[in-house]
Amino acid sequence: MSTKLAKKSFDSPYDLHAPAGAEGWQELYPYNLVFRDNLREKEDAKFWFCDSQHWPNVFKPFETVGVEFAVRCLGAYNTRHYLVPPANGIEFRIHNGFCYMSPVGVAPELIADRVPHFLQRAGHYFQNWDSLLENWKKKVHATIEEMDSIEFHALPDMVPWADIESGAGIDPTAKMMADYDRLIQLAYQNWEYHFEFLNLGYVAYLDFFTFCKESFPNIPDLAVAKMVTGVDSVLFRPDDELKTLAMLAANLGLAEVFAQNDGAEKILSVLSQSEKGREWSTAWTNAQNPWFNYTSGNGFYGSDVYWRDHLDLPMGYVQDYVKRAAAGEKLHRPKDALIVERDRIVDEYSELLSGETLAAFQGKLGLARTVYPYVEDHNFYIEHWTMGVFWRKVRQLSRLLHSYGFWNEPDDMLYLTRDEVRPVLFDLATGWGVGADCIAPSYWPEEIERRRKIVDALSTARPAPAFNTPPAEINEPFTVMLWGITTDQVSQWLGADEGDPNQLRGMAASAGVVEGYARIITAADQLDQLEQDEILVAPVTAPSWGPVFGKIKATVTDIGGMMSHAAIVCREYGLPAVTGTGSASTKIKTGMLLRVDGSNGTVEIIG
Amino acid sequence: MYTFFFNSDKDPEHLVLGGKCTSLVIMTKAGAPVPPGFAVTTHAFDAVMRQTNLLANINSLVTGLDHSDLKAVDVVSAQIRRMILEQPVPEAVHRETHQAYDSLMELCGGEVPVAVRSSATAEDLPDASFAGQQDTYLWIIGRDNVMHKIRECWASLYTSRAMTYRLANNIAEEGLSMAVAVQKMVNARTAGVAMTIDPTNGDRSKIVIDSSWGLGELVVSGEVTPDNFVIDKVMLHPVKRIISDKHEELIPDGNGGIVRREVDEMRRNQPSLSDDELTLVAKLAKVAEKHYGSVQDIEWAIDADLPAGQNVLLLQSRPETVWSQKPSEVKVTSLGSGIESITNSLMAQMVGRLKSSEK
Repeated sequence: MSTKLAKKSFDSPYDLHAPAGAEGWQELYPYNLVFRDNLREKEDAKFWFCDSQHWPNVFKPFETVGVEFAVRCLGAYNTRHYLVPPANGIEFRIHNGFCYMSPVGVAPELIADRVPHFLQRAGHYFQNWDSLLENWKKKVHATIEEMDSIEFHALPDMVPWADIESGAGIDPTAKMMADYDRLIQLAYQNWEYHFEFLNLGYVAYLDFFTFCKESFPNIPDLAVAKMVTGVDSVLFRPDDELKTLAMLAANLGLAEVFAQNDGAEKILSVLSQSEKGREWSTAWTNAQNPWFNYTSGNGFYGSDVYWRDHLDLPMGYVQDYVKRAAAGEKLHRPKDALIVERDRIVDEYSELLSGETLAAFQGKLGLARTVYPYVEDHNFYIEHWTMGVFWRKVRQLSRLLHSYGFWNEPDDMLYLTRDEVRPVLFDLATGWGVGADCIAPSYWPEEIERRRKIVDALSTARPAPAFNTPPAEINEPFTVMLWGITTDQVSQWLGADEGDPNQLRGMAASAGVVEGYARIITAADQLDQLEQDEILVAPVTAPSWGPVFGKIKATVTDIGGMMSHAAIVCREYGLPAVTGTGSASTKIKTGMLLRVDGSNGTVEIIG
Repeated sequence: MYTFFFNSDKDPEHLVLGGKCTSLVIMTKAGAPVPPGFAVTTHAFDAVMRQTNLLANINSLVTGLDHSDLKAVDVVSAQIRRMILEQPVPEAVHRETHQAYDSLMELCGGEVPVAVRSSATAEDLPDASFAGQQDTYLWIIGRDNVMHKIRECWASLYTSRAMTYRLANNIAEEGLSMAVAVQKMVNARTAGVAMTIDPTNGDRSKIVIDSSWGLGELVVSGEVTPDNFVIDKVMLHPVKRIISDKHEELIPDGNGGIVRREVDEMRRNQPSLSDDELTLVAKLAKVAEKHYGSVQDIEWAIDADLPAGQNVLLLQSRPETVWSQKPSEVKVTSLGSGIESITNSLMAQMVGRLKSSEK
């Protein structure tokens, strides 16, 4: 039911130039990730949309590892593992520091040949879902464990005696280089696993979705989502753990300690002086593994702050929860009410069906519910846990090299691509081995300052929503499901400069209508600016912003569909949300009075 | 026995109350927000007809009348209706009706306008199409005026159309009766109808609402193009809305009557229902459907005098008749479940893509 697009195009990426000061940005990224001049004709024939849902900020060179691994592996499962009949993968490029995507269809004449393979391969996974998923968890854990065991230490002044004695014949630089390679490999491995179940989860959901749209014409997308999504995703577990800790603090009569002190270290030291305090500290320690492997970002940026590495952060949330619990507020999500509501919705739609349509509804819903928890849960295992460990190791290496004077700031290794790091390690190995100065300290600080200026300059502009001419209709299933990019959405972007400038449209992602003041948040480190009852307006939100959802009245995002993380978390918290507005975070300014209608997908600037 | 309050504890009998009043009593019992009122029962009508010479006189006029002689039918019809309007009402009927009216006024906290509507009993007659449709008198104030309108309702059984229909179809005059509803007038800011089905395709997962400014009569009679809303029945979210140019409205004139006037430029193209009100109207329709266990067609109004949340009123609920007799046109192709149906869904997406690339 999509309308035809007006015959209009977005600009070509080749005609959109970088902000002043960012000239030459292309050289910061791998050659295969930028729009190359000699491929203009080919690249301009494709429609590209900006994925600011996963990559809202400008990439530092090292950070392209996330999009490269993730989107390559997504494609490989469609194209090579399961042979999803109509869909191959998604091409990706970087332009002015932001990420653009273009889905790759399958030539119509090749589709039929893929069907039997898809039936066999995907069928095998659906039939053995539970046991394969069990195995998946083992594989993912093993990867994380191995990654966690990697350590980058300063090189010794001399090869250890033990290695001489045993005749090892190899010095620690070999291990350092091998460990770096292994770290990258292990990240790649878990990104492969990430998509082993995800695409299948989406197609099963899509099947149920299609049925609902046929049986109940114009059924709100929200209704379908509510019937399928669980209320017990592990994604909410970290936040739930903090709430439980806050309740425990209240029950043990420790609320005062949390009210009068600040910082994890200080609070824990006060708690260590009493028995009840020590009881609480044990619970706090137990909750950390694995639940504090949790980022307030989305796992794709080296600057992501993980709870485990910054205990003040979860402790701050606990302090806030203790205060709210003391004020008599119920902290935990209304799970029972959510289940009652979900069952009501399912029952009422079921009552409208009979015979084989009812059987189809029940069968498809059953499968969608079997597979859907993965769609939510995987995010904790990969984006949070795996990437939390990965970035910690990357930072450890960066700081080690910083200690050798290779760069000015501890985390500056992020300004190198991952393939530029290897020669740096060899530079270190050479300097150390030869007993002479490394070259890095006389090269990288200056080069990194140059790159930093470019990244900063790129960060001054928001990305264009899309490039080139969109197809007449957008129905590539993954584009619609994962990114919420629809024909209507793209027409809105195209017509965005016409119409009422105070009215924005997006997806009706979580129901309800509220009015309130806007707060623009473009990165996780701005979250502390949010004040009680404000409306969060962001290019994209991460579900790990969980604790702030108790403060805000509604959420508005630039991009994201019904199944985006913002939509899921808002439904869980019962907050209105409008996602995929295209431009809310640039059109709306902090302090504007908004009316957010999450039932109809509209945002109005009313003052 | 001559009157029956909508909130009475007794069970409603169709033969005594007629279709409309029975429905209002049932909905009141079910807790629906029905404006208060009472029925003047068929016993009242029968008393008027039988305790006087009225019935005998009428029967003698009707006997031998040729239904194809329209002129003769017109003359007799006018004569009978005049007789009914002039016939003094038996004392007991008069007294009980007055008492009921007075209690209603007391309940409303003083004299308020009422609507007087006929409520036919005849099951074998196409009720809506002739017996009751025209006999709605709005904004009636005062006991005597109400009594007069009740008689006009009774008289409506003898319109030329009704008589011709009975004669042509050999329907006996014997047993003909009529109840009348006297109900607190709603001061409708907005009113309209709602169906618990999408009448365009028989989709039972929708509630379709037609809504316009003022009293609902212009919507029912089709004299104004109403706003049209399609609501998902389960989620109660609007999924489609068409805001129309609503050029006229029927409102109280401030002098004990109603006036039909042009809607000012400002309001014409404004939605006549807020989102909250839409949800409340849809809920009301859903309650009616659940109560009767069948697809319903309701009339509702938003009362300008009542506070938000309590101002959505149910005026009438009757079964939908078109789609209840034929299959829905909603077609489902993606049947089955599991990997085969998933593949089919993906292929259907592909077909969509091929179609669009051919355009």
